[in-house]
Amino acid sequence: MKHHTISFTLNGTHEIRDVRSNLTLLRFLREQLGVMGVKSGCDTGECGACTVLLNGEPVNACLVLAAEIDGGKVITVEGLSMDDQLDPLQQTFIDHNGIQCGFCTPGVLISAKALLTRNPHPDRDEIKDALRGNLCRCTGYVRMIDAVEAAAKEGN
Amino acid sequence: MTEVERTVSAPSPVGESVKRIDAFEKATGAAPFADDLQFGPNLLYGRVVRSPHPHARILSLDVSKAAALPGVRAVVTGDNCDARFGLYLRDRYIFCRDKVRFVGDPVVGVVAISETIAEQACRLVEVEYEVLDPVVDPVRALDPGAPLLHENLADYEVADFIDPKPGTNIANHFKVRKGNVASAWDECEVIVEREFRVPIIQHVPIEPHVAVAELDRSGRYTLWSSSQSPFAQRNLIAQALELSQSDIRVIAPYVGGGFGSKAGLSAEGTAVVMAMSVPGHPVKVRLTREEEFFCAFVRQGLVAKTRVGANAQGEILAMKTEYYWDAGAYTEYGVNIARAAGYSSTGPYRIPNVEADSYCVYTNHPVGGPMRGFGMPEIHWGIEQIMDIVAEELEMDKVEFRLKNVLHGGEQNVTGMVMHPIGLSECIEKAARAINWGVDEPPSSPYARRSKGIAVSWKAPAMPPNAGSSATVRMNEDATVTVAVGGQEIGQGTFTVMAQMVAGVLGIPVDWVQISTPVDTKYSPYEWQTVASRLTWSMGNAVVAAAQDARRQILELAAEHWNEDIEHLDLRDGQVISYRSEEVLPLQNLVVYGLPLPDDQGWRGGPILGQGSFMPGYVTSLDNETGQGTRAVVHYTTGCQAVDLEVDTRTGKVKIHRIASAFDVGKAINPEQVEAQMQGGVVQGASTALFEQLIRHNGVPQNASFTDYRIATSVDIPDEIIPIIVEVPQDDGPWGARGVGEHPMIPTAPAIANAVSAATGVRIFDLPISAEKIYLEMQKERSG
Repeated sequence: MKHHTISFTLNGTHEIRDVRSNLTLLRFLREQLGVMGVKSGCDTGECGACTVLLNGEPVNACLVLAAEIDGGKVITVEGLSMDDQLDPLQQTFIDHNGIQCGFCTPGVLISAKALLTRNPHPDRDEIKDALRGNLCRCTGYVRMIDAVEAAAKEGN
Repeated sequence: MTEVERTVSAPSPVGESVKRIDAFEKATGAAPFADDLQFGPNLLYGRVVRSPHPHARILSLDVSKAAALPGVRAVVTGDNCDARFGLYLRDRYIFCRDKVRFVGDPVVGVVAISETIAEQACRLVEVEYEVLDPVVDPVRALDPGAPLLHENLADYEVADFIDPKPGTNIANHFKVRKGNVASAWDECEVIVEREFRVPIIQHVPIEPHVAVAELDRSGRYTLWSSSQSPFAQRNLIAQALELSQSDIRVIAPYVGGGFGSKAGLSAEGTAVVMAMSVPGHPVKVRLTREEEFFCAFVRQGLVAKTRVGANAQGEILAMKTEYYWDAGAYTEYGVNIARAAGYSSTGPYRIPNVEADSYCVYTNHPVGGPMRGFGMPEIHWGIEQIMDIVAEELEMDKVEFRLKNVLHGGEQNVTGMVMHPIGLSECIEKAARAINWGVDEPPSSPYARRSKGIAVSWKAPAMPPNAGSSATVRMNEDATVTVAVGGQEIGQGTFTVMAQMVAGVLGIPVDWVQISTPVDTKYSPYEWQTVASRLTWSMGNAVVAAAQDARRQILELAAEHWNEDIEHLDLRDGQVISYRSEEVLPLQNLVVYGLPLPDDQGWRGGPILGQGSFMPGYVTSLDNETGQGTRAVVHYTTGCQAVDLEVDTRTGKVKIHRIASAFDVGKAINPEQVEAQMQGGVVQGASTALFEQLIRHNGVPQNASFTDYRIATSVDIPDEIIPIIVEVPQDDGPWGARGVGEHPMIPTAPAIANAVSAATGVRIFDLPISAEKIYLEMQKERSG
């Protein structure tokens, strides 16, 4: 199996690693870098639990090869709260009870972060649309949407 | 100003919408789930070779090529573990021994140094099968001459309240005979008879099952698993391995969604048997999403045949029901679901003459397990539609018809139990009002038809009569409290609610309370299972008892110290106070180190440790022939949902404007968490109503992926969900609380069906209410 030396930043830290050609970003993050906030729910790009930001765009880490992030910038849920300061989205998810079992939460937060970065003032339908790739079986989505709405308002 | 007056009293946290105590961990990605635990380089990986046939006899097994693959450490089969196990009916092995009975039945386990090698080795296993005719319909399964799934049913060990019929595919038959149904039909003005069908669906927790098992050198097993019922799993593994409970330790971190699928034993058993063959190595089994759809539990399918009669005044006089549960290959919980369905078969209605036969039927389908509602969403699908039809035939308003017939406290229900006080009528009135019942509102387009529907429901915790809970409350030096429980946080917020209860009893802020995690059967006090919406009530009672025990010890110590009567003392704001002497002592001075006696005479007290247990003592059995008894269950939680929706006549697509969801929870310990359960339950209920079914072709699953098995996403939710909390206290609940976790998805599907029928004139009898079905039925109506 061919190996690649890749250079990237993960949550603000520069890294250089060797990876196999067939290693997915999801397995790389979880099994080699110990980034456990990235969850594995289906491994086929359907549930969104492994959503991370790659160069600012939300991607399913199970559908991206680790080799592809060479030269790129990856942000996971761990990277949202740097220096002990929660991202406004994390705070509003806590305040609005947008969390139940918490397994989909990291991916949802990343999708919401990507939305607010490209559209700081989304309406409710735009929020729903941004979260449609993140399956949640507990919350019924209502309080997640409330939380994203509240974070957007706070960003004003 | 005295000390006491200066103390600003914090309000009790019970009844307040305290924020979840696990939210920070979960929002930062730090909360550990089973797949996140680290085991070091000793870890091995297990994969399972599963049956490709719904029903077949294993003729021969050749694992030699798999075992010879480099990197493979062990291969296990049914020969490695030969005891049958099961929660109520011991009808299965961890790995099949003679026959396979569903597609996905575990046949061989392979342990290897990586998941990839384990998968490769699985493909090298050779199994020769004699394919048998499958049983794929729970009604035809009872035909004489139908293939038998369990030829040796007579030999299986069974709980005394389960009644299997050897020589047939019936795993349990539960009967109700009340009054005289046969003669009651003559008094009826309206009689309606219909058949309803509910498909097999899957729970779809976003976290798949993960189990890691290790056999240590002393012969003891440890299992780390995503588990709703660590103690029940310990028990089941002990049965299957013929070990003592103390030889097995189950450690369960946060559960990434359960809904019942992570109760009982599924993937965990295979991990334990594989670990048996590689002592000293933890073995990890992770179900793929495809496996999750049919190798873990599914919700049983149901065929319900129901007949209801009412007199001209609109009083329901008689109800006759037959339930055929599509239980799958083995039962685990299924036999008890059939029982619960039987003793709840009338819904929350006052009906003097009842006949019900609920059959739990083996089929060559995935194993039916418990799922949110435990049979109640399935039976209410029919109950609440047939009640609507009866009301229509009587030309009565559907809300009025229900208000006229639903149970009140003090009235006898279907099993002869006298109902405790319930607020069902209040739920109906409030839900109906919330959606402007009786008022026609315009649809959003000329192609749409808009209308409203309503459905009521009830559900009791379905469990053995003596399901128990226990808890300990340990005081720390800084007066914070560590609470140990064996119930599990599966997203429902139970840890937060327990913390609120302890804080309420001990007069301390909620953030002084920590819950011992993970749940660990070696250290956590016993809890039957995290199922049945029973924790707030049952574990809550144990936690309150433990906190009261600690409180009593603290007050006794302070009373001795101050030489005062204990009645004058209280705990408030983290202090012991005396209303009489106005003395105040911060808890941190005394809850671990005790207090000195006057004049250097020594010390009193010591580390405060409170303990509490709870077990309902009053549940009685039901007569085998009539299903009658004094008190079949601990309580029923009742409620109502009312839906306002429109149907696009061009496509059949349903758009839900609003759903009001009203439940009598006794007391909302945390109102916002109750509302969150209602919102989540409504969306799960609507998802099962509109989209979900596990499609099989002759027993073989066809849509085991999120692409082909659709669940509701953020864009599918109702425009508005209106949660309504009704509080008629439960006499033996903490602060009057009873459970509500499962209930909000029970009436959702029939309420939607009733509204669709009102809007379009088309009634769908078999779930799901897909756009396609509605459209085709509307076409038929037009052409007919």
